[in-house]
Amino acid sequence: MADTLVSVVAPLEGVEPAAVQARRPESSRRAAFTVPSFLGLVPFAAYILLFLGLPTAIALFTGFLDGSGSFSLTNIEALADPVVLNTFGNSIGLSALTAVVGSVVGAACCYALIGTNPTGLLRSVVDSASGVLAQFGGVMLAFAFVATIGIQGMVTVYLRDSLGIDIFADGVWLYELPGLVLPYIYFQVPLMIITFLPALEGLKPQWAEANASLGGSRATYWWRIGIPVLTPSFLGCLLLLFANAFSSFATAAALTSQGSQIVPLQIRAALTSETVLGRENLAGALALGMIVVMVIVMTLYSLLMKRSAKWQR
Amino acid sequence: MLSTRTAIAGIAAAIALTLTLSSCASTSADASADGGVDAATATSVSAFGDLAGLEEAAKAEGALNVIALPRDWANYGAVLDAFSAKYPEISITEASPDASSAEEIQAADNLAGQDTAPDVFDVGAAVALANTDKFAPYQVETWADIPDALKEQNGLWVGDYGGYMAIGYDPDAVPAPTSLDDLLGDEYKGKVAINGDPTQAGAAFAAVGMASVQNGGSTADFQPGIDFFSDLNKAGNFVKIDPTPATIASGETPVVFDWDYLNVGYGKDLDGQRKWEVVVLPGTGYAGYYNQAINADAPHPAAARLWQEFLYSDEAQNLWLAGGARPVRADAMADAGTIDEKLFDALPETPDETVVPTAKESEDAAALLGSNWAAAVQ
Repeated sequence: MADTLVSVVAPLEGVEPAAVQARRPESSRRAAFTVPSFLGLVPFAAYILLFLGLPTAIALFTGFLDGSGSFSLTNIEALADPVVLNTFGNSIGLSALTAVVGSVVGAACCYALIGTNPTGLLRSVVDSASGVLAQFGGVMLAFAFVATIGIQGMVTVYLRDSLGIDIFADGVWLYELPGLVLPYIYFQVPLMIITFLPALEGLKPQWAEANASLGGSRATYWWRIGIPVLTPSFLGCLLLLFANAFSSFATAAALTSQGSQIVPLQIRAALTSETVLGRENLAGALALGMIVVMVIVMTLYSLLMKRSAKWQR
Repeated sequence: MLSTRTAIAGIAAAIALTLTLSSCASTSADASADGGVDAATATSVSAFGDLAGLEEAAKAEGALNVIALPRDWANYGAVLDAFSAKYPEISITEASPDASSAEEIQAADNLAGQDTAPDVFDVGAAVALANTDKFAPYQVETWADIPDALKEQNGLWVGDYGGYMAIGYDPDAVPAPTSLDDLLGDEYKGKVAINGDPTQAGAAFAAVGMASVQNGGSTADFQPGIDFFSDLNKAGNFVKIDPTPATIASGETPVVFDWDYLNVGYGKDLDGQRKWEVVVLPGTGYAGYYNQAINADAPHPAAARLWQEFLYSDEAQNLWLAGGARPVRADAMADAGTIDEKLFDALPETPDETVVPTAKESEDAAALLGSNWAAAVQ
């Protein structure tokens, strides 16, 4: 079920940036809506139903059942338990922090990149590297961090032996909640680049020309045109990054083993624990809580994307 | 089938039937029924006549599904291989070696009625007590040798191998710990790990239990154990990664709370790469046994029962010993002179007093950990 949960939310990571979709001409989309072409949607629709719709329904449903299978609100009430609330706080805090850092750093990278040749080597290298690294998570990423900044990691040992800096002087934070920040940022920044770069590329040169011919400075251009146009897509990407971090499971599972500090780990604990038994349905309630957060985030995301698409037709 | 069931109502009748029918079993195409014995309801080997009858029925099934048996756990690799060598006609399918006890039961539920469902379980005490309705009662031939406290009286679940919660450490990285308090010192900064989260894994749960009984608590009161790990965390000594032979080999986790037989196993795995010593702290020892049980809906009921007979045979019990675990028949085997004396003597010295939590105490401790653990180690 832990994996199912990931699949409930994971497709979001693969969502094509709305900014890219929005630039397709409306007319060609409408022309494609014929009956035979609908058939082409069947595999996708079946996939979504089986691997997103069904697990979501099951998760929602089991949250309202007790151990013997009758209706109960006990699990939903358990969401108010201080441990669970704290976990939701941790999850939201971690996701928000890494989303903000990831989006600011990512946006800065995008800004640097628009000055380069769109078909040049640098752009295509950064583009493809970001595409790969945005999906580089889970056990591999956790291992990479253990090998570099773990207690015996290359970087840790170098800093300690050559520069006399002990990054773990106050305890080993890598395997705790704060330790998740770095690995998360590692996949958040590239995701920001691949989702935000198209929006930056959508800034029309004509706008800059109009600004210049009306006597505006570079600062006026960004203040009056660039930032207002980009804000909705920036916030949209920020939310996407939040959702991406909120639903991540495997990296945290591989890196931290104590206390189940974030919600996906609590769900795993409720499902697989061999010491605290009979909490399988609490997992459903926790998933319900996650779905509520995700629905809010993704609704805001789609609203923002609609607004940002206005400028990119 | 109904008439068969009626027939095995009396054991004598069953034996007579088996003897009569097993002669035609070789010619019968209906192999799984073994000439009429309903293996799924057999509660001892006598239902099959004798061990040879059971072996024949199991070979006719030709397969055994096991689950959650890591090959590096208490010598399971050797046990599985020995079974395969003894019964090459029975092919073993090993599913999800790293699954938890709870996941074994889930797998049985999810796969119920399919021939891929697990035939047998190897479960911790809490899961065994909570799922007796999933198990088929069976008493192995060596049933009398197993201490009463370690088995369900009908044979729904039976303790098999176990040991003491122990501390494994790398003598090159840290001094030998002689008490819990030693671990709070500066020499252990960022070095102490436990095998899993106590709200999830049995071994980690036992680590907190051991810390409790060593820290002024008892099996009925786990709070001193939680307090110890909270102090360990505050001292910056607690490493929260899951220890594995890989983290021990790399030096990431130089001190590991785990069952003595698992710690001994790590040492063997890493022989030549890293020194690994195992100590059971003096005073009160915290012991635990893992239990065997047969899936009531086992797709291969005879093979499942043969697996049990094998696990409680002298051969397999000595294999546990070779893995550093204490076999449940150890005392009886020592009396009978069938135990491997050299291995038995090589086990870490047992503490003065040994405690095992009762079902009720385990439940209370689990509830306490559920509400206090996450905050204590944050």
